[in-house]
Amino acid sequence: MKRWLIALLVLLLGRRRRRPVLDEDARLVPAGSPDRRAENVVLLLFGAATLCAIAFPVIYAWDAIPNQTQFLGLAVGLALAFVSAACIVIGKRLVVTEELEDEYGDAHPDDQEALEQLVDESGSRFTRKKLLLLAGAGAGTALGAAVITPAASLGPVFDVSSLYRTPWRRGIRLVDELGNAFRADDIEEGTFYTAYPEHADREQMGAPLVVVRLEPAELQLPESRNGWAPEGILAFSKICTHAGCAIALYRKPTFPAVQPSPALVCPCHYSTFNVATGGEVVFGPAGRPLPQLPLELSGAGELRAAGNFSGPVGPSWWGVRRHGARP
Amino acid sequence: MRYALLLLAALAFVPVAAGSGTDLYGANCIECHGPQGRGIPERGPSLRGVGARAADFYLRTGYMPLGNPHDQPHRKRVQFTKRELAELVAYVASFGGGPPIPRPEPARGNLAEGQELFTEHCAGCHQIDAEGGYVTNAVAPPLDRASPVEIAEAVRTGPYLMPRFSEKQIGDDQLNSIIRYVQYAKHPDDRGGWSLGHVGPVPEGLVTWFVAVVLLIATCAVIGQRIRS
Repeated sequence: MKRWLIALLVLLLGRRRRRPVLDEDARLVPAGSPDRRAENVVLLLFGAATLCAIAFPVIYAWDAIPNQTQFLGLAVGLALAFVSAACIVIGKRLVVTEELEDEYGDAHPDDQEALEQLVDESGSRFTRKKLLLLAGAGAGTALGAAVITPAASLGPVFDVSSLYRTPWRRGIRLVDELGNAFRADDIEEGTFYTAYPEHADREQMGAPLVVVRLEPAELQLPESRNGWAPEGILAFSKICTHAGCAIALYRKPTFPAVQPSPALVCPCHYSTFNVATGGEVVFGPAGRPLPQLPLELSGAGELRAAGNFSGPVGPSWWGVRRHGARP
Repeated sequence: MRYALLLLAALAFVPVAAGSGTDLYGANCIECHGPQGRGIPERGPSLRGVGARAADFYLRTGYMPLGNPHDQPHRKRVQFTKRELAELVAYVASFGGGPPIPRPEPARGNLAEGQELFTEHCAGCHQIDAEGGYVTNAVAPPLDRASPVEIAEAVRTGPYLMPRFSEKQIGDDQLNSIIRYVQYAKHPDDRGGWSLGHVGPVPEGLVTWFVAVVLLIATCAVIGQRIRS
């Protein structure tokens, strides 16, 4: 470990401060003979590390490749392995080494100077310092870039309009996993259902719904949402507004008089949304209410959307409150 | 004086062993659920129409009688004999309507399907290994002592804050599979690894990291040198 650190120091310091070469008697470390073969090996290893690290963003961007994850791991793993191999070669073959045993003395400015001289002279076997430095820096930069690459998947940075879009608009029927349309009679009290828009991509953030039924007398929806819950049937986005987990818990009291009010709960961080008041946050880290979807009944008693959500779906981002959900 | 009051309070919740279901109801349930199971506002819900299914679940798990109606009921030792329990259940069922005690047949279920269904419907609260968890303001109990009949009753009744699941959502065959999985989860087959959390190789992988760290240190020792004195 110590030698590796010294090797790094040599690479960094060896360049900046060029001490006047002292005569042989003043040397602390015996001068080593240059070893161009070892240097070539180091250059080769740094080059291989750079190539592997560059391969990472390439594989990351290339979605069609099979076993992508394994190849990503291989790229980073090999890059790190090559860098460490290069360090080992530097430490073993290039840095002048000498075994000394010494008592710890008091700290003294001379010791500091001697240490600097030691570091300086340990690099005496390097013949192409700049090239080696460049190779090392190249490998480091490529690895750094590889590590940052996945951040590109965190979401759109400049054009966030796609985040407001949902597949719901007036008249779209609610269907179950098998594609069967939900009828109002299917929705019972005391339990919850997952619904999707008919003929739409279910993988979209705005697609899945959680549907519950309350007694119409229990509803305390805001004025602006009059008629959003026919027969007391309410539909909400199934995606939590905190971190985007699926709302999988429904807390339905058997005896509401002495038990907590009916609420949808996210299993990830226990954000709790009161269904009776239209998805208000009553507990947990969520910063926005759960978006509610207005419903209407078709002539045949089937459930249909009567518009779009009450707000943007999914976890928050900058400017999330600027617009509502859009078709 | 205070001790006397405490004793009195404790006595109020000790079930009184008596003959028929009517007497048992009068001694243990009427205070909150009212005469003829009509319910008392702010104390206890009406029991009319709940049937033998709900009564059997709440009584055989020891959920009822409950000291304070504001507490979440927990599994307790049942203080009725089997006969008393049956009589009490029959009396509550006699209030009218209500479903009978289900008769699940977990042997006819499919374990793999059961795990899938449990993951989808139950694991959100009870955790995938059925060891229980939390919802806001309540505890989702562990299922390590739940019998097949109790599981079937709970799924259909939805006790306390649990949602209930109708035959449309979870068919009787599917319920058999779920019960079979819950029975399996009590003593899971931990083949191919240690039983850390019973959730497969992930925790083992974590432990492997500690092994990997030792290996890394060993590598350092091999490629490094020690000063010989």
